[in-house]
Amino acid sequence: MGEELRLPIAADVDVVEARQQGRALAAVAGFSSGEQTVIAAAISEIARNILMYAKKGEITLSLVQNGDRQGVSIIATDQGPGIPDIDRAMQYGYSTSHGVGAGLPGAKRLMDEFDVDSVVGQGTTITMKKWRRAI
Amino acid sequence: MEVPILRQGQYLIASIQSALTDADLSHLREALIAQVGRSRCRGVIVDVTALDVMDSFAVRTLRDIAHMARLRGAETVIVGIQPDVAFAMVQLGLTLKGVATVLDLEEGLAFLNRRTEERFLETKHRRPSDRG
Amino acid sequence: MDTKKSMSVSTRASDATALSESSAGLLRELVAHLRQNRTQLREEWARRITRAELLTAMTEEEIFAEATAVYDNYVEALETGTFEALQAYSRRLSERIIPRGVETDEVVGIVLLLRDVLARSLFTKYQDNVEKLNRILDSYEPAANRIANTVAVGFVEERERIIRQQQEAIRELSTPVLQVRERLLILPIIGVIDPQRARQLTEQLLRAIRANRAKVVVIDVTGVAAMDSGVANHLVQTVEASRLLGATVIVTGLSPEIAQTLVTIGVDLSEMATVGDLQGGIEEAERLLADRVAIPGPQAGREPGTELNR
Repeated sequence: MGEELRLPIAADVDVVEARQQGRALAAVAGFSSGEQTVIAAAISEIARNILMYAKKGEITLSLVQNGDRQGVSIIATDQGPGIPDIDRAMQYGYSTSHGVGAGLPGAKRLMDEFDVDSVVGQGTTITMKKWRRAI
Repeated sequence: MEVPILRQGQYLIASIQSALTDADLSHLREALIAQVGRSRCRGVIVDVTALDVMDSFAVRTLRDIAHMARLRGAETVIVGIQPDVAFAMVQLGLTLKGVATVLDLEEGLAFLNRRTEERFLETKHRRPSDRG
Repeated sequence: MDTKKSMSVSTRASDATALSESSAGLLRELVAHLRQNRTQLREEWARRITRAELLTAMTEEEIFAEATAVYDNYVEALETGTFEALQAYSRRLSERIIPRGVETDEVVGIVLLLRDVLARSLFTKYQDNVEKLNRILDSYEPAANRIANTVAVGFVEERERIIRQQQEAIRELSTPVLQVRERLLILPIIGVIDPQRARQLTEQLLRAIRANRAKVVVIDVTGVAAMDSGVANHLVQTVEASRLLGATVIVTGLSPEIAQTLVTIGVDLSEMATVGDLQGGIEEAERLLADRVAIPGPQAGREPGTELNR
């Protein structure tokens, strides 16, 4: 606990790497295979967002604990253009790229905790967590 | 990573072997569209059994493939979406509406055969004067 | 006057230092005493446990064995002032004794008895030095209370964990997916559905679709009393996910209330295949299976002949 895995996101192979590492970490935390896939999907969306809008950034994966519940924490940071209107970006269905865009609202639906911190011109930090049902 | 595309009669079968990057998916789309355009292809099967995650880019790409193929007279069917992947997809809010999805390759071929037959019957009934 | 005052202040200050220094020393003395007298204190404790008729589910040998481990962990916690090891031990112990039928009051009881046994031995040892006894108790009491708390809480948490595990197992057993004929699955849902159970149902159904190569699934919700919008959403997701696996879903037994909930969350009921009752749903499913052409190429638009709503 307390160890984190920092993954650079600069190319689309990094998106795959990030979601596979996320899946592996979720497995260590004891998530079911279905939940592992959900976590991998959320990471994929967020990592791709970094590539698309900021060109590069970083994803930090770590295990977290809350009482007797275990979980995973995913922090995505970039020094990109930032999100001008976070509320609008979080409205489901909104997408600046054409067609199906799950992006932020999609990832939020999958996670238990989801925070967006963004300053236009400086960058964005997205923190998301998923908790195992305490057993 | 190149996705192998096989030809089976009038159908093309693309089998995805492992996790694909966005670039790989885009290449697959271009390759399929080119091949559909080149030959008298009636159907396209994309086998995603080995795909670990179906995220928005993958779904967009598959829909593009189906759309392009249809413009060239071919029907597309996606086969082999894993239970976990399907569940994650619907939770993400992604749908493959408008694209046929079936369980596996066998079902995929059966589906394309049916569709080909149906379309043949449709055209037959529509233009009876052209028969013969 | 001033000198006297400053003298008494500095005396108090040095007293305080002397006190804090010696309280560490006192703790060491206390721990040494508990270790030296380990055998008889442990026996005294075991005797008291039996007299109080606690841990009746266990044999005397078992009680003694566990008492030894608890005693040693107790003293170590006193010595180190850290409680993680004790917490971990407490949960392992609880894991062992809960299936034997040991109750919370027994666990709390024996820990308190140990606290009493050790305190009494301190009274005996320091009966000639009340001031020292008080100082030793100052160190001992807060630690002993913290220990009792740690053990009790560890036990309770372990119990709760086991109960949740059992509930999970029951849920798993009570949601069977039935294969009635080739390629047709029925999922009767009964009772109250919470989000966790809903998710479990979906996972089980999707796996069953794949394992049985099902083409039609009948989900019967006749036995579901009420459905909030969260669970209704979940039902819709289940239908969509099943389609992705190539299976058509027929929902049967929708009460007017549940139908209303679905409409409220934006479900287009004309898009969802529904039939009044389970029997009707099965018949419809068999018709679909027989008439292969009429099964919609899933998602490829609605095809004529699949309006099933009645």
